[in-house]
Amino acid sequence: AIMRIRPVETLVVYLRDGRTLIGILRCIDQFANLVLHRTIERIHVGKKYGDIERGVIIIRGENVVLLGEWDQERARKSGLQEISVEEILEAQREEQQQQQHQQTLRAKFMKERGLTLTPEIGPDDMY
Amino acid sequence: PRFTGNVLATGSQIYNSNLLFETYLYISALTMLFYSFFKSLIGKDVVVELKNDLSICGTLHSVDQYLNIKLTDINVTDAEKYPHMMSVKNCFVRGSVVRYVQLPADEVDTQLLQDAARREAFTQRQ
Repeated sequence: AIMRIRPVETLVVYLRDGRTLIGILRCIDQFANLVLHRTIERIHVGKKYGDIERGVIIIRGENVVLLGEWDQERARKSGLQEISVEEILEAQREEQQQQQHQQTLRAKFMKERGLTLTPEIGPDDMY
Repeated sequence: PRFTGNVLATGSQIYNSNLLFETYLYISALTMLFYSFFKSLIGKDVVVELKNDLSICGTLHSVDQYLNIKLTDINVTDAEKYPHMMSVKNCFVRGSVVRYVQLPADEVDTQLLQDAARREAFTQRQ
């Protein structure tokens, strides 16, 4: 019953590795395997985002976290700013470096107290 | 359906949800306890917490046998951290990524749920 999802609507797909894909849903099955058409990968850093064209994508259901219905009203009100792909990739790299740095600091502090910090989640699977 | 003391005592709101739940229990297949339970909560406001700590507040629209959840009119509790959710009003959450589903306390009769779970465990063991 729940799979009676609208066939020609733009969906926001959030994947387990943290990626956001926005495209038109063409097919879905009971495992939430998806076929998306005219997909763009949207990278968010802070209040800015950048889009990369991806075309037709097939996603294996186990990697899907959630599907959201693209709402034009909310998109307009969100106040997000679009910037070019190079800039957003640069910003993303910076953000990742910062996080790495924090991680190493944390690990160092834990080690000084005789504890080991094992991150529960890795970069490839945030769930 | 077996009526508990709660149901007979007053014409409270719990009555309707319980009756619905009982009906679903009889209609549905044997090992569908939480599926039936969630079906009786359709239309209520719930907060779904995912395994990555993202909390989504919304109205429960539908649920399926995998406990995938469809929420309408969502509201993300920490919107700043999750900018990709800002353009989304209705969403479908895969069951496997849900950590908790927070429910309003007055919509759930824990006694009924406990009895149903006990019965289910008993029949499953047989």
